[in-house]
Amino acid sequence: MSAALHLHSEAAGSHEHHGHHKQSFISKYIFSMDHKTIGKQFLITGIVWAIIGGLFSVLFRLQLGYPDQSFPILETIFGKWAKGGQIQPEFYYGLVTIHGTVLVFFVLTAGLSGTFANLLIPLQVGARDMASPFMNMLSYWFFFLAGVVMLASIFVHTGPASGGWTTYPPLSALRQAGDGQKIGTDLWLISMALFIVSSLLGGLNYISTILNMRTKGMSMTKMPLTMWAMFFTAVLGVLSFPVLLSGAILLLFDRNLGTSFYLSDIVINGEILPNEGGSAILYQHLFWFLGHPEVYIILLPAMGMVSEILSVNSRKPIFGYMAMLGSMFAIAILAFLVWAHHMFVTGLNPFLGSVFVLLTLLIAVPSAIKVFNWLTTLWKGNIRFTPATLFAIGFVSLFISGGLTGIFLGNSTIDIHLHDTMFVVAHFHIVMGVASFFGMFAGVYHWFPKMFGRYMNNTIAYIHFWVTMVGAYLIFWPMHYQGLAGMPRRYLDKRGWASFNQFGDVDKMITVVSIIVFAVQLMFVFNFFYSIFKGRKVTTKNPWGANTLEWTTEINPGHGNWEGEIPEVHRWPYDYSKDGRDFIPQTEPVGADESKH
Amino acid sequence: MQTIFVIAILVLGFIVTFQIAKASEYVAVLRGLETSRKQSNRINAALLLVFLIVGLIGVFYANAKLKGKILGAPASDHGVLVDRMLYVTLAITIIVFFVTQILLFWFSFKYQESDKRKAFYFPHNNKLEVIWTAIPAITLTILVGFGIFYWYKITGKAPKEAMVVEVVGKQFGWMYRYPGADKELGRKYFKNINAENNNPLGQIWEDGNNHDDVFVEQEMHLVVNKPVKLVIGAQDVIHSVGLPHFRLKTDAVPGTPTTMWFTPTKTTKQMKEETGNPDFTFELACDQMCGRGHWSMRGTIIVETQEEFDMWLASKKPQYLVANPDKDPSIKKDTVATPAPIAAVIK
Repeated sequence: MSAALHLHSEAAGSHEHHGHHKQSFISKYIFSMDHKTIGKQFLITGIVWAIIGGLFSVLFRLQLGYPDQSFPILETIFGKWAKGGQIQPEFYYGLVTIHGTVLVFFVLTAGLSGTFANLLIPLQVGARDMASPFMNMLSYWFFFLAGVVMLASIFVHTGPASGGWTTYPPLSALRQAGDGQKIGTDLWLISMALFIVSSLLGGLNYISTILNMRTKGMSMTKMPLTMWAMFFTAVLGVLSFPVLLSGAILLLFDRNLGTSFYLSDIVINGEILPNEGGSAILYQHLFWFLGHPEVYIILLPAMGMVSEILSVNSRKPIFGYMAMLGSMFAIAILAFLVWAHHMFVTGLNPFLGSVFVLLTLLIAVPSAIKVFNWLTTLWKGNIRFTPATLFAIGFVSLFISGGLTGIFLGNSTIDIHLHDTMFVVAHFHIVMGVASFFGMFAGVYHWFPKMFGRYMNNTIAYIHFWVTMVGAYLIFWPMHYQGLAGMPRRYLDKRGWASFNQFGDVDKMITVVSIIVFAVQLMFVFNFFYSIFKGRKVTTKNPWGANTLEWTTEINPGHGNWEGEIPEVHRWPYDYSKDGRDFIPQTEPVGADESKH
Repeated sequence: MQTIFVIAILVLGFIVTFQIAKASEYVAVLRGLETSRKQSNRINAALLLVFLIVGLIGVFYANAKLKGKILGAPASDHGVLVDRMLYVTLAITIIVFFVTQILLFWFSFKYQESDKRKAFYFPHNNKLEVIWTAIPAITLTILVGFGIFYWYKITGKAPKEAMVVEVVGKQFGWMYRYPGADKELGRKYFKNINAENNNPLGQIWEDGNNHDDVFVEQEMHLVVNKPVKLVIGAQDVIHSVGLPHFRLKTDAVPGTPTTMWFTPTKTTKQMKEETGNPDFTFELACDQMCGRGHWSMRGTIIVETQEEFDMWLASKKPQYLVANPDKDPSIKKDTVATPAPIAAVIK
């Protein structure tokens, strides 16, 4: 085994010599095969999409907060979509749909695991690059293409897809059902198909790199938890994304070729369709078979990075490494067995429902273990509040809050009331949306020095954290109450309803806060780009005093990562404050008199 | 003009913050990075504690402000079960919430970096880990047990004496059908649907059970304390029958009928008195994204006594007679010029 690894590292070493040939701008920055550059491409593309998705949410928040007000500037910009300065329903639903799709897939999947799996896997396991740098490059460019198609769909004359990010048929299968169900939905489906190809290319690469290309001494259980998180994420993606792809292709067939996979007994606008025998619920099974693992595809990388960052900055080993690993494994397995909890009210067989209640609530056990282990990691630490640490602490707080509301929704007896209400919106935005964003921010602040050899500005970073943290709770906490009142999600104007119109002031408050929070995200973006060129320079190889391998490379590592031999690993990555020493890097051999952990 | 003003202020704010941020970095370099890092460490640790305290107060404040806005007591027997499950879950989760959030922020504050202390090397402790695997597991077992017990009660078979009402959704409104005296809904076929020929549900007129079925739109009438079984369907896309006051919901799926049963326990009149709101109405909200009019897909429900209900139903003419006036004994045959076709035309 070790001989094989050695051989491999030599082969990779010769590859590195080629890497030092002069590269053109295009092969270095555009069609790059360097995992670090590809990671940055994913991140920057993700940021662009996050701005678009965030801006869309501000627009529909305007409508939700001020349904009776007219904003003439909207008509100037969007024309017929905002007639009279008011966001029209078709436009509203388009905004909601693209907001959801873009943030779930383009930002929190590609932008998060695409960025950090690419950047960190070779650096932390000790490899010169990914198993297949070429496939890795293709992965980014398929993602880019998916983005181009999605962007194009926003500009077609009937508007983008507007059936919600879940795109349930028959709504999404019938052109007659509305403007957003016309060409916009076809483009949405094509974009998703391209995106899935991208994530499969990436995922296969991450798995094979972690399994085959670890450096000498890096056994699986000596890997940082981030690597385990990326590994489970990739496995989830590779096993579940193809199912969504098949669902999307069947939907394209129903839309364009007259098949009846999802269609049966339909009369729309007085027109009787010939389809019989299809099942609309089939799509939901296919969708959520990806859709639920997707939640963990988004969360696990954040969990991994948070574990790493909390450990480094509290100068303590992560508490319960094996338990953390085991709970991630349990989450990964359970992720495949809970999809139907999104379907409790579809007329699902009640017995099946009860099985899914059991399996869903089971996930709370590994999640609880993780939370308690993070808390114990902080306990008796010596904590440095870098911006990354703060975002990691914020992640834990949000994960607790949002995780607990999951216990309500996972229980079908409560879900039968709260399903598809604002409670669900609050729940998944906190636990999946904002929490994962916090993990992503933590990662960006922590690894920025490795990516660009500079630091980001701390003052803006602290403002960014505090406004976002307070804002996230102000925005999403009150939504739980709206949901408890039964207020359905995706209602753009509640004034006609006796049961839901009592939240006008709350909606206004949420809108104002979300505009402020959005503005502060723009400050983050500015800080990010400014610091790439003008940030304070990093002067040491290991600015955080961390044990993992990426901090043994040069400040600005070239293609191939290490100039000489790839270092050998002798210990786990969490020897902080052991035997009176602040930190002991993984590369240091275990001393004879060292205490065991 | 106003918009430009707002944008100008935002941009200005941006520039000012940015300049301050840049200046503070220079100051930090001048004062020594280590000193200023320690200072910001103390500030952020203190802020975390402040956030905890203000946050906890905020939780109570939000609750005091907003709990009055959620709907009052449930108006159905199943709703009582749903609410009970909700409050049991709330009681457990709220303890976990307070304990973990307080520990998180308190540890962060208490164990902030200090030169006097070294971090404690504490990689694992099997006993602790077993404890906090076991406690959540036991708690969740209880919740699952309760949940499934109630779930079977709610989704179990409807009692025999339950009245049947059909609810059908279409873009963007609700239709209802009552079975009439024979207590059975007649069969239907979607290709018979023809609103112009007075057959909006596609009833098969040859089926005798259809002859006394009553069709109504927008407003559903139910009888207080009498179990009702809703037979739910949709004609075009998926809708969802959401009944916030009864705490129930079931999707309306084209091609796949679903059912849901419950017993309304309060009349509309009673609710008006209890809430002190003379305009009180039970509402039926579509909960599944169904197109541009989703947000306005509102139905209303009137819960009344058996006598009131019987009178209301008696005032409605069966749809069979509306669609086939020649069969209507109350209309003289010779006044009808051309009888409507029996089976509706298939388009």
